[in-house]
Amino acid sequence: MTSERNTDIEIRLLIEAIYLKYSYDFRDYSGASIKRRILHAVRQFDCRTVSALQERVLHDPGMFLELLQYLTIPVSEMFRDPGHFLALRNEVVPLLRTWPSLKLWIAGCSTGEEVYSMAILLREEGLLERTILYATDINPHSLERAKQGIYSMQSMREYEENYRKAGGRRDFSEYYTAAYGNAIMDSSLRDNVTFADHSLATDSVFSETQLVSCRNVLIYFNKDLQDRALGLFHESLCHRGFLVLGSKESVDFSAYSEGFEPLVRPERIYRKT
Amino acid sequence: MNGVSAIVIGASAGGVTALFSVLGALPADFAIPVLCLLHLPDDRHSQLAEVLQRRLRRPVREALDKARIEPGLIYVAGPGYHLSVERDFSFSLSQEAPVHFSRPAIDFLFESAADAYGPGLLGVLLTGANEDGARGLLRIRQSGGRTVVQDPRDAQVALMPEAALALHDPDHILSLGGIGQLLATLEPSAC
Repeated sequence: MTSERNTDIEIRLLIEAIYLKYSYDFRDYSGASIKRRILHAVRQFDCRTVSALQERVLHDPGMFLELLQYLTIPVSEMFRDPGHFLALRNEVVPLLRTWPSLKLWIAGCSTGEEVYSMAILLREEGLLERTILYATDINPHSLERAKQGIYSMQSMREYEENYRKAGGRRDFSEYYTAAYGNAIMDSSLRDNVTFADHSLATDSVFSETQLVSCRNVLIYFNKDLQDRALGLFHESLCHRGFLVLGSKESVDFSAYSEGFEPLVRPERIYRKT
Repeated sequence: MNGVSAIVIGASAGGVTALFSVLGALPADFAIPVLCLLHLPDDRHSQLAEVLQRRLRRPVREALDKARIEPGLIYVAGPGYHLSVERDFSFSLSQEAPVHFSRPAIDFLFESAADAYGPGLLGVLLTGANEDGARGLLRIRQSGGRTVVQDPRDAQVALMPEAALALHDPDHILSLGGIGQLLATLEPSAC
């Protein structure tokens, strides 16, 4: 019991130290998951306690960058929840067409799978050329990997199935070049993509957009931080802009439940009211 | 004996039948929230709440992200996401890597619920062909909560209860019938 209580205190101190020193704000993340990830890092870095990890992180920025890889969760796949992308294609794309030029924001883009999925969908619908995509994340390593667009062939074979179910119109292999067990994404897909460091916890809105996609990010935030992020999306979106979330996320219990209305509720596609 | 604030139940192979048996023994006015996590293939998972609700004729909800845990309700973990309990007695979902090939993982639910409820928690581990839940149950005990393991001889698949028994001596080792009876007599905690 005592050691558990100590651990909880140490975790709070570590998160505070990270905020004070590196301005990364995990203070309003959901507690259970961040605790697991910190304790996992403690074991991986062979530290005796969370306090020992804190000392290393505080005095070594390189160490913080390594810890950041544990604190963020790079779980992603292309065309994850195919039904979601099918609904985007059928219900949202026809409305996006009515704008002469488009700006889309993929918030919490992690290693880029959502970005390439969206870019492929837009290209097939003839919209990619008139679109600017902002892909943001707090993890510089993830952003770097997103820019490179290199994924294992094994995962690409899984994504191919998703792509087909999501209404894909081509042969999925047209979008990448296979080499040494990896797939290198067609670089023209990211011609109009701007990758940028941005925190939903501490930064503000940077552009007006027609669509914000933020999938499986809000689940890691507590209610206050969810509201902050939804506030940013609401502010960024133009009149009648679209917000798309992960399959277990919704605006229903947030401060913005009135600010968005469901367009395709089961696929978590909302529209600014 | 102090009252119980919440019950967590974990099960894997053979778990649907076992859950029907245990939950079916609860009286209609049972006030303690029950949080169930059953390993199932993703497609079957999603219907579990409906199936249980129809069969038990009482409200059963899928545990949703940030939803507050209400007394008198039975919750089930949905597919594809880990389920945790936060300190403010609400649920949270996450997508960390699977544990023991499972997402949701019983260990994550049990450990986080132990942190949230401490001595007010009662943990039950039922049939299964997997070691998930054994560590979580130990953690419930270490946080002062009570632990129940299905008698391996009574379990459809004994591996999961046996793995739990290898880690600690629970407060009770019971058949499904015995577990149902025990739960039915529990008093909710005052808070």
